[in-house]
Amino acid sequence: MRNVLKPSGHWLLHVIVVLSFCFSATVFSQEAETSAEAGTTSAETISANVSNEANSQPEFDSLVKELTQGSLPARAQTAKKLAALKDERVAKIIGALQQGTLYATKDENPLVAIADEAGNYTNAISGEKIIGDTEELKRVPINNSMRSQLRTLLAQLNLTHQDATIRLDAVNRMIADGIDEDSISLLQELQKSEANDGVRKAIDSAVALFNLHSNDQQLRLGAIEVLKDSLQQEVRTALSEVASNDTDEKVKIHAQLAIKAIDSSIAKYRFAENIFFGLSLGSVLLLSAIGLSITFGVMGVINMAHGELMMIGAYVTWVVQQVFPNQIAYSLAIAIPAAFIVAGLVGIAIERGVIRFLYGRPLETLLATFGISLILQQAARSIFSPLNRAVELPVWMSGSLQINPVFSITYNRLYILIFGLLVFFALLVILKKTTLGLKVRAVSQNRAMARAVGVRANWVDAMTFGLGSGIAGIAGVALSQLTNVGPNLGQAYIIDSFMVVVFGGVGNLWGTLVGAMGLGIINKFLEPYAGAVLAKVLVLVLLILFIQKRPKGIFPQKGRAAAD
Amino acid sequence: MNIFSHKRYSMGQKDPNFGAPLDTTHRTILYVEGVTVSFDGFRALNNLNLYIDEGELRCIIGPNGAGKTTMMDVITGKTKPDEGSVYFGQQINLLELSEHQIARGGIGRKFQKPTIFEALSVYENLELATAADKRVWWTLSQQLNSAQKYRIDEVLIQIGLAEHRYKNAGSLSHGQKQWLEIGMLLMQNPRVLLVDEPVAGMTGEETEKTAELLLSLAGEHSVIVVEHDMKFVRSIARKVTVLHQGSVLTEGTMDQVQNDPKVIEVYLGE
Amino acid sequence: MLTQRLLLSDRGGMIVLGLVLVTMILVPICNLLVPETSALHISTFTVTLLGKFLCYALLALSIDLIWGYCGILSLGHGAFFALGGYAMGMYLMRQIGPRGQYGDPILPDFMVFLNWKELPWYWQGFDMFWFALLMIIVVPGILAFIFGWLAFRSRVTGVYFSIITQALTYALLLAFFRNEMGFGGNNGLTDFKDILGFPIAASGTRISLFLASGFMLIIAYIACRYIVTSRMGKVIVSIRDAETRTRFCGYKVESYKLWLFVFSAILAGIAGALYVPQVGIINPGEFSPLNSIELVVWVATGGRGTLFGAIVGAFTVNYGKTVFTSYSPETWLFALGALFVIVTLVLPKGLVGLFNRTKKVASKNSSSNTPPENPVPTTDAPIKFAVNKSTENSISAENPVIAAAVKEPV
Repeated sequence: MRNVLKPSGHWLLHVIVVLSFCFSATVFSQEAETSAEAGTTSAETISANVSNEANSQPEFDSLVKELTQGSLPARAQTAKKLAALKDERVAKIIGALQQGTLYATKDENPLVAIADEAGNYTNAISGEKIIGDTEELKRVPINNSMRSQLRTLLAQLNLTHQDATIRLDAVNRMIADGIDEDSISLLQELQKSEANDGVRKAIDSAVALFNLHSNDQQLRLGAIEVLKDSLQQEVRTALSEVASNDTDEKVKIHAQLAIKAIDSSIAKYRFAENIFFGLSLGSVLLLSAIGLSITFGVMGVINMAHGELMMIGAYVTWVVQQVFPNQIAYSLAIAIPAAFIVAGLVGIAIERGVIRFLYGRPLETLLATFGISLILQQAARSIFSPLNRAVELPVWMSGSLQINPVFSITYNRLYILIFGLLVFFALLVILKKTTLGLKVRAVSQNRAMARAVGVRANWVDAMTFGLGSGIAGIAGVALSQLTNVGPNLGQAYIIDSFMVVVFGGVGNLWGTLVGAMGLGIINKFLEPYAGAVLAKVLVLVLLILFIQKRPKGIFPQKGRAAAD
Repeated sequence: MNIFSHKRYSMGQKDPNFGAPLDTTHRTILYVEGVTVSFDGFRALNNLNLYIDEGELRCIIGPNGAGKTTMMDVITGKTKPDEGSVYFGQQINLLELSEHQIARGGIGRKFQKPTIFEALSVYENLELATAADKRVWWTLSQQLNSAQKYRIDEVLIQIGLAEHRYKNAGSLSHGQKQWLEIGMLLMQNPRVLLVDEPVAGMTGEETEKTAELLLSLAGEHSVIVVEHDMKFVRSIARKVTVLHQGSVLTEGTMDQVQNDPKVIEVYLGE
Repeated sequence: MLTQRLLLSDRGGMIVLGLVLVTMILVPICNLLVPETSALHISTFTVTLLGKFLCYALLALSIDLIWGYCGILSLGHGAFFALGGYAMGMYLMRQIGPRGQYGDPILPDFMVFLNWKELPWYWQGFDMFWFALLMIIVVPGILAFIFGWLAFRSRVTGVYFSIITQALTYALLLAFFRNEMGFGGNNGLTDFKDILGFPIAASGTRISLFLASGFMLIIAYIACRYIVTSRMGKVIVSIRDAETRTRFCGYKVESYKLWLFVFSAILAGIAGALYVPQVGIINPGEFSPLNSIELVVWVATGGRGTLFGAIVGAFTVNYGKTVFTSYSPETWLFALGALFVIVTLVLPKGLVGLFNRTKKVASKNSSSNTPPENPVPTTDAPIKFAVNKSTENSISAENPVIAAAVKEPV
């Protein structure tokens, strides 16, 4: 059966649906709120539109009503007619029909209504809220074949949407659904008028996809020429079909070449994606390792409770969200300093209570802090229950930046990468430019001499440890945006973080940066070949071998002081 | 007699690590030639040349950072130089050997800070240092033979610790620890002794005793002493080498060196 | 003379070994001969528990040998224990034969479940007991040799070594969790039926395993005594206290560390092999870093640097764990955590040290001409790369100006 589809316009709800699927649930709720608030305004807008297209008004009314009645094939035809009206309300109505949220009463002049999530009904024609008795309203039934017809219909409607992303989405959907002769004329028409580069390219490939099946050899070759830059899965499938089945030898060869070109650019983007994932993992490692790098590298203290300080930071984030449930978007602004302070204070307590008695005895510090980590873990289990807690993502951190069909960057990972680097450089500045940093370096290089010139070594120890612990808390905030928060959160990262510090070279922040990013990338590149678990094992083995070559890491501390 | 004891070791003449007896036909036992060591761009040793004769007592002085300790590190295999060569006798290239091989082969070293095994007794300290087979499986079953016991007694008297033989080494005085360490070197039957600041932190009396001890060792062994204490150096020195910025500034008798304008400038001009 | 050196001069050891022997005599009698109604009857459950403790004691002994005497803190010794356990577990799996749920005469149940068609090569031979025994020694030994050779050769020491051993056991944990490894994945090896033809759950078998563990502990103890009282033992202590000096005395420190590490790993493997038939299961959880670090605390609690201290520690902590976990499981981790802190802060010499101290206070005749045997140092080798307390001490001792400055309140 052929779908005879014509564009039309009534789309608001669908816009919301599409947006919410593409971006986030929270966008949805916000948009829904605004539309609810501005209920009267939108009704006014619609009536303004209505007056502009007054001539189609009666037809629109009757078609909408017809849509809820009669046999399914007849209603499908009605939907197409409706779509041809170019009324802005059509998309909304068809979207509702497709989603199963279109309701109608069962009389000759039915009342047609659209239901929203909250169970409120809006008149589909006037856009007014329906107040009062809604019991007569029954859902308008559809079946599967109609649902897919409607989807294509919607895509065609959205082709003329004013928002470029929605147009792009519509074109891509049409490509995915297959292009028929009806839509091709529409697309060809739009090809000339489309202003947005991205959308025009998509339309180009859609048209080219259609042309792949044309009888004209030149047209097919031209289409292949266009398609060889496209990365969509459908394009590759269509091209490989042509490459093996086309009657013309030249077309076949061109198609094969195009596939090769596509594959190589897919490989390129996969590589870029691996790099991004590697950097993202690396940034997590960096965040958890720089705190360690301070306590381990600068102070010589092995803090096995470092992971638990991260856990504390993550729980702080969760608690902040519980306290301000309506301010998720700003919760991080409170959580980051709060986590820094809480974890830092716990760190100072650990240093004053335990570690200061153990300076110069690294193995015993290791054991004692491990004991502390057990206590902290169990405390978290007792206070917050052993179950994982989910931390909500703020709107601006969810979703992803879709660069092309094979390469997208999720915002939370991107922000954490940026955040990790910011924390790194902030720390670098603290150590290089502030008095505290100067004192820390002085104490770490020559404790006795630093004390002789009046540095309060005890105070510096406590502050340094507090700083390292505070950064662990911040790392916990970042982690809470990626995984669930639970008592075992820290354990998963502690060994990796130590590996980063050992790999990068102890006492060298740059080494930590290179070590974290390096390990992250190596991990992600091994994963496709070896699987996640084996990749981790391999990395550990590689690291043990690496230490053979460079026992003091990539950036070793040099000189006589380091030698003994 | 213990079946595991190895005569050839206790003779100290031939060591299987070297495969040949030490060849000192030209009377020079240690050649340090053109040695350069850099740490992070800083040249601790800069084209250092040093020759030590058999049985010689050589004092090495120089301001802080002149490279004295690094020089010892290079000779004993702790630090590998960037350039240069270090030969023990005519044929043995020390740069190819590791620390324990060099130690077994007859170069003993005393550290600046006394390092002895504090948990063990004085006697056990010397026992461990005794020239014997030091491979893992031998030490599992090895016991001292009478010649070795005799040698330990001899050294105990030599270093003046005979009456403290069962005392815990950790409870010795600072000076006694220094002597014990020298005693441990002697148990290895070394050809060359490297002694780093032997009298630092010693009382006057202890310093005198140490001077006597070192003088008695010269002749049988080659002794290289690094020291800051000029009075002490004067009391034992025959030939003095002055190091400055990683290379030899001058060499000669104590008087010659003290009157050398270059030396005066280095010490006073800074 | 050898008896004098190994046993008689070691009073604490004699007492502990004596207690072990007495238990080994009494427990079988009380379990097999005393009727169940009697108050003196010891249940098979208790026998198994005691047998487990003996295995733990053996494991603690292996840790003490390298940590207490040589200063090598391994945080991955659980890995060798588990490997020994897996070797024994593989033998026990093969013994099940066609009695598994799927009734396959050769393949263990989990392999049938995974649709494997034939036994992997590394499972060959484990149907023979002697081969399994050999593997119990060889597998942990070889792993320890390769790992130790790589680590010691490049002079990885102190905390670096500890962290890398922890990474080792972590890597093995991840690897053994994988079904593809062919060791039963998450569930490990279990449902054992019999060992050498004897049903594994029977009282008699349990008693035999208990006795075997006891004998193994005594033999291992004497072997360790032999090592630590030989000259090699002195070299090892010297390495702990002054590694560089030992090297400049002509000892190849790497070899000593390596062989001691391998020996210790083999002991741990044997302990694991004796443990598995008694508890009836081996799974990747044994590789978890927590397990390995926990057993370090047994040794620290008992008193490192004394062989019997390790045994005392293993028994005390595990008894405490049994009591605590049956009483309230949550508090156990608090207690264990606190134990870590207390032992390192207050009891550096462990229970044995505490006992010795009270004894010394009681009777004041502590001045003797013979040196105390291998006293535990209160400090580790100072960490090399950063805050160096010993440098501080030496500076303050040698340089009067700085020494004065340090003493001034700042």
